[in-house]
Parts: sequence; structure tokens; C-alpha cells
Amino acid sequence: MNTTEMLQPPPAMTSRLDGELMEVSMGPQHPSTHGVFRMNVALDGEMVVKLKPVFGYLHRNHEKIGENTSYLGSMPYTDRLDYFCSMTNNWAYALSVEKLAGIEVPERAEYLRVILAELTRLQNHASLLGFLLSDMGAWGTPLMYAFREREKILDLFESLSGSRMMCDYMRFGGCRVDAGPDWMERAKKIVDLFPKFLDEFEKLILSNEIVIMRTQEVGKLSAELAINAGMTGPMLRACGVNYDIRKVDGYGFYPRFKFRVPLGEHGDCYDRLMMRALEMHESVGILKQAMEQIPAGPVMNPKVKIRAFRPPVGEAYGRIEGPKGELGFYLISDGGTNPYRYRVRPPSFINLTVLEDLCLGHTVADVMVILGSVDIVLGEVDR
Amino acid sequence: MIGTGILKGMAVTARNFVGSYFEKDRLITVQYPEERSPLPENYRNFPFLIYDTDDPEAGLRCVACKICEKECPPQCIYIIKSEDKKPDYMGKPQFYAAVFDIDISVCMSCQICVEVCPFEAIKMDKVFELSKRERFDALLQRKNELAKSNEYYHSIHPIEAAEVDAKLAEAAAAAAKKKAAAAAATAAGSTSAPGTVPVAPAPPTTP
Ligand code: SF4
Ligand code: SF4
Repeated sequence: MNTTEMLQPPPAMTSRLDGELMEVSMGPQHPSTHGVFRMNVALDGEMVVKLKPVFGYLHRNHEKIGENTSYLGSMPYTDRLDYFCSMTNNWAYALSVEKLAGIEVPERAEYLRVILAELTRLQNHASLLGFLLSDMGAWGTPLMYAFREREKILDLFESLSGSRMMCDYMRFGGCRVDAGPDWMERAKKIVDLFPKFLDEFEKLILSNEIVIMRTQEVGKLSAELAINAGMTGPMLRACGVNYDIRKVDGYGFYPRFKFRVPLGEHGDCYDRLMMRALEMHESVGILKQAMEQIPAGPVMNPKVKIRAFRPPVGEAYGRIEGPKGELGFYLISDGGTNPYRYRVRPPSFINLTVLEDLCLGHTVADVMVILGSVDIVLGEVDR
Repeated sequence: MIGTGILKGMAVTARNFVGSYFEKDRLITVQYPEERSPLPENYRNFPFLIYDTDDPEAGLRCVACKICEKECPPQCIYIIKSEDKKPDYMGKPQFYAAVFDIDISVCMSCQICVEVCPFEAIKMDKVFELSKRERFDALLQRKNELAKSNEYYHSIHPIEAAEVDAKLAEAAAAAAKKKAAAAAATAAGSTSAPGTVPVAPAPPTTP
């Protein structure tokens, strides 16, 4: 058997027994469903002929709570959406409130936000790769390597914001506390060492024949479907669509940094996997530039009221390129202390809507790989 | 050749395995209850109430203004304001919290109560070993459990506490100056002609 033959997906199993389909309920308590996600899968032999996602096991009424609490009070709740990336969630929410109320953010705070968002992207992508590989059967090793790096970044978050995952760090008009020079030193060291981890990780896994066989040509997504389904983030870029909100909107100070947007070609699981690895390289580049350029100064706009904050009547939609895709918050204000409408556009949830299209015709074992490559966090899917 | 990728990966694993025994910066396991890694200055867990002097009852800075109760996102603070006023640690008569409870099974450590409190009366603690055998009453912290001294605050957040003390001292100095100015104004007002009495009556200096 030569390489190309080995790289082909297994031939479809023809159903010799003309029996009925078997329905399997995968999840919600399944180690590979990344939380409490359930799929009702109809199987013909080992092939998936139908797949119905079942959401809602982690529903916490986030949007309704947001409408019944003050603007500031929703900030800690956003940490709990995608609990891997609380910093970017904070940023997206702060951005939309700042748009709504027309608040300026000091320069240093904008730089800090970029630094923290890119660190978040690093740790999210690193742990995603680890999880994806452990879904594929590479139990432990890659995940532990990824978590080793993630832990360093979480330690940084902890010493800055006070909490590893529930950072609750950003505020309307800036950030809560300033990062001292020794924090910046530590962050620089970690960022400088990160490419070493990336090289090691790539050696460990990305040329591995088993990974290639399990991921190439699996779960292919066409650019057309991806656009129609409203997908964003690495999922969309893996299909070759050049759309990155950091470039399109240029929010924050992203236009000041030089970075490239990696693009895939086939839209299969392998491209999605590579997309994350390549994005981490770009993030390291952004981080280095940001840490070089960051000016001294205040991190909080002194004009913003903390207590009884009331934005003017109006509506605003703020969005950022989160590690998983476009994360947006849509707010309508009626001039009161609570938003009249509070809506989250969660990237994981919308990226998950094409799951059935990706899985049809593949085996059950591939479903886990495909789901892993979508990169979901159930806190955000169910809200 | 098929298999080289796998062998390369194995080499990485082997290097990491050996390295994990010899590289200093990778020997990071801490034997928890005996050894502890230090908590960062900014670490936060659950709120506590600060008292000055050494009276945990009268020294509380909290004046039961209920702002934190109102702003707390999951509504886990419960305050009953006192009917009467008692002299606080500075001798000024103030309302105080007759009941001040925080349900730490609901609290999500968001620090919003700390940010909104105008009196620097509530701060974040670093104690995390709070497991209890009983899950309702035991996790409801009462006023006497929440009250902790300013020295304790200095011991857990030295930098922040120093800033807070400086701010309070400044405010106290400003208040004293204003008081002195007001006293001078009243003294001046009583001696001058009736037409020049200050518009806003100066606050009484003694109760
Ligand atoms: S802790 Fe602060 S905000 Fe809360 S009631 Fe007391 S003084 Fe008011
Ligand atoms: S830390 Fe947050 S949740 Fe806890 S008491 Fe304070 S405001 Fe409420």
C-alpha cells in the first residue's frame, strides 16, 4: 500500500444486512463531546446517515440575566460563556457597551487588550489541538503538553486579574488594573518561549501519519456552505475564505500590527487543525509587536461612572475576532441601568450548525474528530 | 517513508520524559497541603469586611449603604440596616449593618462589590480552603465571620492596602481641613454683619 492509498478514507461500508438504522445517542455524558453536548446519530452499519445535535443541557439563561442586571453586572457573566477565553469575551462586551455609550479607551488599555486577547488565542488554540488529538486517541501526551503551556498563560492571567479563568478584567473604558513591569517581563519570556513549544508540538503531531489519515479529507466543508451558514473564525478560513474581523473591522489597535491571516484550501479537519497551529505563530508575532510598542499611561478612562452607569438610548453591536470566530454582543438601551435587549452572537453555536453536513457519510469514529475540529465550548453554545 | 512522522513524535516524547526528571524549571510539582505555591497579590476569592482599631463590631467601616447589595450580580449579599446610629471607629455616629450576610455558595468572586463600595469597607480575601460539611448555613457567612482587621488586609494585599490607606488618610485630612474651615466660617459669621452669613449653613461640629 503506498501513501496516497493509505491517505484515502476507508471505503464506504455497504449494508449487506438490509436491516434498519441504528440510533445512537452520543452524549451528553461522553468524554469527547467537550462538555454536555448530545448528538442523536442514525447509523447504517458504521456510517452516519443522520445526525441531530441536541443543545441546552448547560443553558443558564445568560441573555435574560443580562437584561435584568446592570451593564457592569453582566461583565462577570460573560466570563462564563466561553470559559476558555474569558478575556476575549470581556473585550467583546466592553466593546459593544463602549460603542453604545461612546466611550474612549486609553491607549495603554487598548494595547493590554490586544496582548491579553492574543494570549487567550494562544492558550485556546493550544488546548484545542490537545483536545482534538486526545479525541483521536492520542490520549494524554499532546493534551498535557498543551496544558503545560496553557498553565503558564493562565498564571499570567491570575497574577494580573486575580483569577485563572474567570478573569472579569475589562471594564467599560479600559481595564481594571494595570500590568506592572515585572508582569510584562514574565509575559515576554513566555511569548519568547512559545515558538519552541509550537515547533515541538508540530514535530510531535502534525507530520504523524495517523493524524494525517484521520483528518485529511474528513469533514470537508465547502466555502459556499460555510459562508451561507454564517461560519466565522478558523472554521471559515480553513475553507479558503479570507475573512478575519481583526483585518475587516480593524477594532482595537490591530491595524497597527503586521500579521498575516492563514488560509486553508480544502476545508477538511486537517486544514482546520493546521489553521490553529499557523494562527498561533501569527499571534506570537502580534504579541511581540504589542509588547514592544505598549506606551505608559492610564488604563482606565476616568470619566466613566462605575455606579449607576446609564448609556444613552440607542443600540450597538460590537464584535471581535475571538479564538473561535466572530463573537458579538448586541445591545439595545432604553436609557435605564439595564439593557433592554442583550444578545450574544456565539461563534461556537453558529459554527456547530453545519455539524450534520460535515458528518454525513463518515464513520462514528470520525464524528468525534469533526466535532473536535469545530472547537466548541458548551458554555457558549447553550449560554 | 511511512512511520517517520510517528518516530519523530516518539523522539519528542522521549526527550520530554527524560527532561522532566532533570530540568530544574520543569520540576514544578508542589506537595500541596505541606507545601504551597504563593498566591499572587491580585488573587481574589470571596469578599470580607474590614474593621479598623481592634473592635470587630464597632470598627467596621461598612455603613450599610447597601450599594454593594444592589450591584452584586448574583445578589448574594443580604444587609439589614440598623435603626439607630452608633459611633464608628472615628467617633462619628453612623448607621451600621445589623445583619450582613454573604452566601459564598452563590458569590462568583467578581469583585464588583469591592469596586462599588464608596467606603473601602469590603475587600477580597484569599482564603480558598472553605469546604464545609453542611451546605446551607455553613456556607452563609455572617457579619462576625466576615469581619477581618485592616492588618489582615495588609498581610494579604500589601500593595493595594497601602494605596487604600493612603487614600483614606488623604480623605480624612481633607475632611479635617474642611471641618476646620467650616468652623472658622461659623466663627467669622457670628461676628460679622447678618448680611454676610454663608448661604449653606456649616454642619454642626459636635453632635
Ligand atoms: S460594604 Fe460598602 S457598599 Fe456595601 S453596604 Fe457596606 S459601605 Fe455600603
Ligand atoms: S464578589 Fe461579586 S458575587 Fe461576590 S459578593 Fe461581591 S459582588 Fe457579589
